[in-house]
Amino acid sequence: MVLDRRMLEALGIDDVDQLFSDVPDEVRIDGLPLPTGKSEMEVIIKVRDMLAQNTTVEQVPSFLGGGIYNHFIPSAVKAIAGRSEFLTSYTPYQAEISQGMLQALFEYQSMMSELTAMDVVNSSNYDGATALGEAATMCHRISPKSAFMVPSAMNWEKRSVLKNYIDGVGMSVIEYCYDPYTGGMDMDDVRSKMTSDVCGIYAEVPNLFGIIDPNVTKLKKEFPEVPLVVGVNPLSLALVRPPGEYGADIVIGEGQPLGISMSFGGPLLGIFACRSEHVRKMPGRLIGMTKDHDGRRAFCMTLQTREQHIRRSKATSNICSNEALMAVTASAYLGIVGAKGLRSLARLNMKNAKLLMDRLDPLDGFMAPMFDGAHFNEFVVRTPLHPVKLNKLLLRHGIIGGMPMHTHVPRMTEHMLMTATELTTMKDIDKLVIALQEVTQ
Amino acid sequence: MSYRQARYDEPLIFELLGGNDFCPVCDDKVRIPEEMVRQDLCLPDIPEREVVRHYINLSQMNFGVDNGMYPLGSCTMKYNPKYADLLSSLSTVTSVHPYQDEESVQGALQLMRDLEKALCIISGMDAVTLQPAAGAHGEFTGMLIAKAYHAANNQQRDEVIVPDSAHGTNPASAAMAGFTVIEVPSGPDGCIDLEAVKAALSERTAAVMVTNPNTLGLFEKDIADLARLVHSYGALLYYDGANLNAIMGITTPGAMHFDIVHFNLHKTFATPHGGGGPGAGPVGVRMYLEPYLPVPRIISEDGKYRFDYDRKESIGKVRSLYGNFGVLVRAYAYILEQGGDGLKDVSQRAVLNSNYLKSRVVPTYEMPFAQLRKHEFVISAKKLAKEKGVHATDIAKGLLDKGFMTPTIYFPSLVEEALMIEPTETESKETLDRYAQALIDIASADPEQLRTAPHNTAISRVDEVYAAKELILSWRIYQRKKGPGSP
Ligand SMILES: Cc1ncc(COP(=O)(O)O)c(C=O)c1O
Repeated sequence: MVLDRRMLEALGIDDVDQLFSDVPDEVRIDGLPLPTGKSEMEVIIKVRDMLAQNTTVEQVPSFLGGGIYNHFIPSAVKAIAGRSEFLTSYTPYQAEISQGMLQALFEYQSMMSELTAMDVVNSSNYDGATALGEAATMCHRISPKSAFMVPSAMNWEKRSVLKNYIDGVGMSVIEYCYDPYTGGMDMDDVRSKMTSDVCGIYAEVPNLFGIIDPNVTKLKKEFPEVPLVVGVNPLSLALVRPPGEYGADIVIGEGQPLGISMSFGGPLLGIFACRSEHVRKMPGRLIGMTKDHDGRRAFCMTLQTREQHIRRSKATSNICSNEALMAVTASAYLGIVGAKGLRSLARLNMKNAKLLMDRLDPLDGFMAPMFDGAHFNEFVVRTPLHPVKLNKLLLRHGIIGGMPMHTHVPRMTEHMLMTATELTTMKDIDKLVIALQEVTQ
Repeated sequence: MSYRQARYDEPLIFELLGGNDFCPVCDDKVRIPEEMVRQDLCLPDIPEREVVRHYINLSQMNFGVDNGMYPLGSCTMKYNPKYADLLSSLSTVTSVHPYQDEESVQGALQLMRDLEKALCIISGMDAVTLQPAAGAHGEFTGMLIAKAYHAANNQQRDEVIVPDSAHGTNPASAAMAGFTVIEVPSGPDGCIDLEAVKAALSERTAAVMVTNPNTLGLFEKDIADLARLVHSYGALLYYDGANLNAIMGITTPGAMHFDIVHFNLHKTFATPHGGGGPGAGPVGVRMYLEPYLPVPRIISEDGKYRFDYDRKESIGKVRSLYGNFGVLVRAYAYILEQGGDGLKDVSQRAVLNSNYLKSRVVPTYEMPFAQLRKHEFVISAKKLAKEKGVHATDIAKGLLDKGFMTPTIYFPSLVEEALMIEPTETESKETLDRYAQALIDIASADPEQLRTAPHNTAISRVDEVYAAKELILSWRIYQRKKGPGSP
């Protein structure tokens, strides 16, 4: 594109390079050795063709989950989240001209607060894993001790992120075991490892094995002084008791199941909720209801004194840009499906997972589920072949298999996490069963 | 130009009425342990049509780049090309599960690998990770890398130096990684004071974080000397890439001898900000820091791409999975469209626009420090504040009334009553002229009118004190607190 000469003339210069006279020769480069620009048409064709090498879960049945799920997204959700007034705006610092985003985020906070039964929800973290990291350091602010208890069976990526987040404040992790029969937490192990150094305990519902473990309700009763952090799948909360009802101090989770596409793992939505009494220790942006100077209802960002732009190195978190549009997407989704729809969807997930389980268990060399606790929409199955190998064979049959467990729980070398959602059909399951019979013969 | 935003008194979604029309419905019994059964769930049950209307009304009470000029300093709010939206919404993006076998995601891996390579060229770095979700997350990642690097060299370095003009995320990220932050004052010219940095440097310094051009829009001309100084103490030099839009094709962080860089794809590479996010904050490093990058790395072998997790010195992960892929697709498309020549053009035009707009509004507004600016400039409303009681906030609200987004205000803090203006390259001279005129008109406007502004937006000036005092942060809290006089 040509430079606007009128502006150069107004500045009394004839070469735009004069505006770069303060860049010393010593650090200068001579342009960028990238290919020259392309037209929109060429770009679309090139990128579309490149991406066409991907296999999608629309083309073949998939049984993957493990934190990211293939759910149905009502068309209206995309229409709402695609509104360019939302899409192309910045963080709503100027409240008066950003009421739409502010109210939408207040509603997100409100809907997540209802789902989790917690008073306060921030307007998003990057993802579930970073929300966990921030929850742990927040526990440290609530109770300045050095150990954070987590399940030994946890997605390894979360564990790794957690470690990076807590290292800076000198915290470490204590792992408690799972019960090999139920797949829930081993309460005796929790009791034996609980010390006065513990500043927080983390439990997941459903857990890594897909189990809705009733033991979580015991934690606050037995350890009333220890901040309780619960990790949730928000969809399960349509049917499962919310953590606010059993004493959680902080609730975190991955919000992707709420109308957000998988997109190869991002953008995601970190849910972060806490009790009112902890609000000043919380990370992230908060939207509050207020009034304008004429007394009308209005919304604005509040408690910004916790945040980096004011508190700098003393801030509760460094987070600035977050996942606001994903929060709007999740609330549009919740608005459209409503309480009734969400409950229906959660039931369909459970029902389909059960159907899948019942079809896999009788197959030679398979055992499903491995644990006898109640499952939400996924479960661990023992496989006769190494799951990575099995998946490669299934892919040749046009099927995306489940998540191998060994990366998360090293001793689970012949185990796979199989997931069903409302999108899993009988036809998909039939196809899987036939393929499994063939490839394991 | 007169401007009027929609003003709907739109109820909360919880206050809307009507029945739920969502299908499918399923009432089958499912197995949940008794003590884990949920009793009630208070979410709105309203028809889809009403939900859509609700959000369309809300969207009309929101202002984005597609509505008008958005020169929010430091944020690089350029026009977001629509082909990028289209590409990121293809099913070959949205309907791919991150745990699929590598064989079935070759397109995604190739795109990410190509984007890494392009970012290496743009930054002059040797290796890039796409994992961080935003700029601040990139800073945090960079600080973890610095920590791992020094630890591997058996060095006890626990301090990070940042100039006082740095963005708040810089000190916050360094502190989160466990460093003690030392803020050094800027020199009288608004640039880094080499003597002040030298006084702060020691064998305990792990890194120095620098933004160049800095947040005043000034190019740090002593950057090469600073780099030599920092390196002579064995510390690393970190580049906050938020201002990369000023220098593409002119210089690179690599040419300036930086060791670690983060990019803000949602700034320089035109991906939309989404009302606060998602963004993406890739991090680039020099070869000797490459072993510390987060896992997985993408490698290509025999024409196939795969993930490599087997990296002993890696810091591990900073988030789940591989990054904000939907954002990466957009940035990749933008880089392809611009090309090497186009990106240099972008920076030249961004700097031209900034200096032109500056020339129009100075001397109506004062501008501390030297005149030549890069892609943004910071003016001060100090005189107006003193003479007429009109503060930066009032000027900002006055701009809203004219249908313009405001500059960033009260940042950087070393300028009193700061207005930080970044027009970006995607605005025309005509738009810049209108913005300049708006600022000039505001300088002579009725102070009372400004102190009560805005008047043409969805609401009048918001009561932030009430919000902080009442802390109505959810419907739940609102239900409890609601009473006479509540909003
Ligand atoms: C100079 C500077 N550094 C860092 C950041 C942080 O980036 P992000 O908001 O993507 O976390 C920003 C943007 O807000 C910035 O302007």
